[in-house]
Amino acid sequence: MAVLIDKNSRVLVQGITGSQGTFHTKAMLDYGTNIVAGMTPGKLGEEVYGVPVYDSVKQAKREMDVTASIIFVPAPFAGDAALEAIAADLNPVVVITEHVPVQDEMRVIHVARAKGISMIGPNTPGIITPGAKQKVGIMPGHVFADGKVGLMSRSGTLTYEIAAGMTNANIGISTAIGLGGDPCVGLTTIEAVKMFSEDKDTKAMVLVGEIGGDAEEKAAAYMKDHVDKPAVAFIAGRTAPPGKRMGHAGAIISGSTGTAAAKIAAFKDAGIPVGDKPSDVARLLEEIL
Amino acid sequence: MVEAYVQDILHVPFCGDVFMKLFEHEAKEIFRTFGMPLPLGGVAYTPEEARTRAIEVGKPVAVKAQALTGKRGKAGGVRFANTPEEAEALAKDILAMRINDLPVKSILVEEKLSIQQEIYAGITVDRNERKYVVIGSAAGGMSIEELAETSPGKIIKRHVDPLGDLQAYEAREIAIDMGFKGKQINSLAGLFLKLWSIVEEYDVELTEINPLILTTDGRFLAADARLNIDDNALFRHKKLIENMKRDTVEQNEREKLATAEGMAYVELDGDIACICNGAGLTMATLDAVSIYGGKASTFLDLGGGADAERVEKGVEIAMKYDKVKAILVNIMGGITRCDDVANGIVSAKQDGDITVPLVIRMVGTNEEEGQRILNEAGIPFLQTMEEAAQKVVTLAEGEDA
Repeated sequence: MAVLIDKNSRVLVQGITGSQGTFHTKAMLDYGTNIVAGMTPGKLGEEVYGVPVYDSVKQAKREMDVTASIIFVPAPFAGDAALEAIAADLNPVVVITEHVPVQDEMRVIHVARAKGISMIGPNTPGIITPGAKQKVGIMPGHVFADGKVGLMSRSGTLTYEIAAGMTNANIGISTAIGLGGDPCVGLTTIEAVKMFSEDKDTKAMVLVGEIGGDAEEKAAAYMKDHVDKPAVAFIAGRTAPPGKRMGHAGAIISGSTGTAAAKIAAFKDAGIPVGDKPSDVARLLEEIL
Repeated sequence: MVEAYVQDILHVPFCGDVFMKLFEHEAKEIFRTFGMPLPLGGVAYTPEEARTRAIEVGKPVAVKAQALTGKRGKAGGVRFANTPEEAEALAKDILAMRINDLPVKSILVEEKLSIQQEIYAGITVDRNERKYVVIGSAAGGMSIEELAETSPGKIIKRHVDPLGDLQAYEAREIAIDMGFKGKQINSLAGLFLKLWSIVEEYDVELTEINPLILTTDGRFLAADARLNIDDNALFRHKKLIENMKRDTVEQNEREKLATAEGMAYVELDGDIACICNGAGLTMATLDAVSIYGGKASTFLDLGGGADAERVEKGVEIAMKYDKVKAILVNIMGGITRCDDVANGIVSAKQDGDITVPLVIRMVGTNEEEGQRILNEAGIPFLQTMEEAAQKVVTLAEGEDA
């Protein structure tokens, strides 16, 4: 098994005929992802790399029995696209789009929660399960190796950096989840921890966080009391000044909270070692495994 | 814990310079269309206009600098005048001020209020709950951060159902919890409901009325107005932007260039520019530089598709900041071709665009070829982030010597 995505997932690409949607459909197919349908309103009957395109999520579900969705729809329409996927009970719903208005995010997040659906993102690189050769995302698949470590992260390229370091050290991944770089995201760090903690194929966890919000602190507090599996953390932004957004909308120190120091202290309090540099993660994993 | 929580939800939108922040007079124009009770007065751009506004008000006035910062009172940007002549003189002084290193371009002239009580009212996004939160306090006037530290018990908070609306009874409960009685409950609740309508209509990240004044004759008036709008939602507010006739965000030349390229750019007070792709990687690179004893001058996230052209453009922007003594380029590429990037850097160097030492670390296609091209040109190309960070710190120190 693994979490969220496995070989039984039947993936729909919303916004498949746009440039990003088309490009990453090809990349996902090449990796092995089971993409069975695409969707762009008004494009029924077209094909993208052999994938049939439908006008609505409902149609795609009826014809191709899709179970999960990845969204490449432009920001003004991404919230609506996610609502459409949620209405069709697709799970998970992965929203790659960046710059989605926060009002739309809040609405969609709570609609998904009410139905028990995992919405990943927005502003996420997506999910990858190397063992099943399934990626529902935009990450370079070759840097992730199959294994027993659950990886969750708020950033993209930093995750690739850490995954590449793990791969070089012969440490593989059960599933990697990009949680998204926005202040408001669907699946939270603590929810990802719970999934990995219940997954029998995940033996250890890596949490890659960054400044802003309290997602890491909450996860650390939960892990201290409820999680037996070993874990390693990394926090980006130790030297970031307060009050500045560091690239991600969510990466901002607000007053005295959301600092890297507070997050590192929370992990250490939970007995979870924290790397100083991305390359420390693989080294620390070798020590605990 | 309560304080930290309040601070978190309250601080977030204040700080970044990425929200479209409205000036008080712009915010009050919006408030007015929603029927929010406001003091008499209007905006002025010259001392003469200030005098005219004061004559129109017809009583003693407050002359207020229009600045996008909470510290304008402390900076002397709010003064009182008894006559139109005094208002004109004060306006002249205030229009010559700089607050937070930005010139004051306009002032608001408003009736001076007789104050019974100063109140705080606000609505913002609580990122941790992923809901809007309405905040009220009967102890306004001071900043809400100060209030959170001194008397957190006086801050009343209520989350808004993300699938619904702020209800009238909820607004009344906030007013009651704030300690108001009798007719004041409905008046204050009405004000919170108006504020909520503005938040919904304009994709507001943060709005604050601080102070909201209860006058000696028992009226509630919004004496100040702060309104920050979600940048990502500006496509829904084209008319508002057109009417403003100004840039949505105050930026220096380098920030403007980076924004135009879709790059994230933050200036810091060190001397090493870090140019990377991805926000997390860029932050981690800044941190690595600091581990080896260096200090970053620049956070530059190239964003997606870090190809040769983008890297060159990034280097070009970074070079415009005079604190930069060395540059570290760190690209975690999948499909980025390292040889292309290397050729771009070498040609930029030959054109004389790069006058400080440069260190490159790249992961991607044709790494070896990229390394060969750069090494021949005398530019260090390193395999790991750590080596690259160490190297750039040494080179920046060399520039000091």
